[in-house]
Amino acid sequence: MTLTIDRAGRAARSRPPARWWRSRKAQGWLYAAPTAVIVGVLFVAPLVLVVWMSLNRWPLLGSATFNAPDNYTKILDNPLFADAVVFTLKYTVLTTVLLSAVALGLALLVQDRRPGIGFFRTAFFLPGAVGFAAAALLFYGMLNNDFGPIDPMLQAIGLTREPVKWIGTPNMALFSTITLVIWRFAGFNMLILLTGLQAIPTEVYEAARSDGAGRRQIFTRITLPLLRPTLALMLILSVTGSLLAFDQFFVFTNGGPDNSTVSMVMVVYRDAFFRFDLGGAAAISVVLLAALVGLNAFLMRRLR
Amino acid sequence: MSRYLTLSALAVLFLFPLVWSGWASLEDPSDYLEMARFGEGLGTYATNSVLVAAMTVTGTLVVSALGGYGFARFDFPGKNVLFLATLAILMVPYATVLIPLYVLLGHLGLQNSLVGLSLVFVMFQLPFALFMMRNAFEALPRELEEAALVDGCGTFLAFTRILLHAVRPALITVALFAFLASWNDFFAPLILLNDGSSFTLPVAVVSMTQQTFGAIDYGMLQAGVMVMAIPCLVLFIVLQRHYVRGFMSGALRG
Repeated sequence: MTLTIDRAGRAARSRPPARWWRSRKAQGWLYAAPTAVIVGVLFVAPLVLVVWMSLNRWPLLGSATFNAPDNYTKILDNPLFADAVVFTLKYTVLTTVLLSAVALGLALLVQDRRPGIGFFRTAFFLPGAVGFAAAALLFYGMLNNDFGPIDPMLQAIGLTREPVKWIGTPNMALFSTITLVIWRFAGFNMLILLTGLQAIPTEVYEAARSDGAGRRQIFTRITLPLLRPTLALMLILSVTGSLLAFDQFFVFTNGGPDNSTVSMVMVVYRDAFFRFDLGGAAAISVVLLAALVGLNAFLMRRLR
Repeated sequence: MSRYLTLSALAVLFLFPLVWSGWASLEDPSDYLEMARFGEGLGTYATNSVLVAAMTVTGTLVVSALGGYGFARFDFPGKNVLFLATLAILMVPYATVLIPLYVLLGHLGLQNSLVGLSLVFVMFQLPFALFMMRNAFEALPRELEEAALVDGCGTFLAFTRILLHAVRPALITVALFAFLASWNDFFAPLILLNDGSSFTLPVAVVSMTQQTFGAIDYGMLQAGVMVMAIPCLVLFIVLQRHYVRGFMSGALRG
């Protein structure tokens, strides 16, 4: 006991600066070591490995052989991938536009603190707490023609005469999936926009109002421009998320009907685990990775 | 007033699917028993999910709290490189590293393992968690720690005895995000787990719809959805403040 006090007391009074910093350095490293191990082993190593895998014939079982650049040239001959690119882009544009519009509408409706508004914010966000796979299964049941409540309800109010093929045709499958995505993510995006809306000083609104600006003008001239960085963030998240769409299609449509809803990541998955071609899947991963990092960099520069 | 009408109509639209799913799962309560007998049994899948969530939350808390303290209070060579490398996880789409992770975990003897899956979840949570914890430690007054050091504690004792208590709100936020992410994720366990007995709930319930050749039991499916959703809904409602804090702290801006 006396020893520790003595040691600490001495250290506090006359610690030699050089040695003190050296030990601080070592300690800093020790605290950061678990982070370094996780990042090194589970992030940096896989990044290097995915590039190496893409240069090899890499079967699910058995040993790898170098075959560059076959995996890359093969991508061009893969008709499923070409279709998936087109479909994923279409899905991304539609989802991003609709999701942003709904989220912005919700955020504007709940931006002011008034009685009961907390309940509505929670209600809109609540689907976001449910896992995406669970949400997809929920919709899968809800839209089922025999079991789900949607068909009977639509028929009761006279909108449709017979059960709708919710995931039976390519267009309806896309429509149903986007509805699911909006339900699941609108509240999440609303929260992002709320943080942006609340960062706009009220004085700016007051000044505009005293200058005689109407609600429309305030929205287009003040709210939208000042919300730009937040909108950009939401856009980046939505575009990236949509380009990587997997869960919703895997669970909901399983790529069907007739491979009309196969997303790019689904091709990666199928190449790896149905065609047992990990090298081919790695090559597509590398292309996706490069494209997305490039796109993100571009969007960040353009939008901020 | 009309705003409240609009809001109420929208709230009904947003809450209806959840209410319906809960109701549909209760229409025939034997569906839950049916679920309990599906495949390896609901109990096994739920246990797997709980184990993975517990390991992910613990791992994320330990790694990010230690790391956050290190990054906030110490200078060491390679600090900036490591911090940027951690943040780069956000830039790299999740789906593109899962195939190499599958191979890598195989080499580490962690394929088809709940521990391996949890480590992968810790890695995905790390940018957010580390950022959050670093900011929390930076916000603490230095005097708090200096007092402890002068009293003869090493930095580690100061860290565990005093500083950790002071950053509890950040710890709760990090734990909540880690729980929701690991409990709900579908793609990583789908790829990294290949044996039915190690499936987590999302993979097990989805495989229920895709392996049945006869008619799907939709009531049972909604029972599965409820088992997955209720812990998240309850946690979110109880810890909402912490979730929103995670947002507001700008941690999502990466």
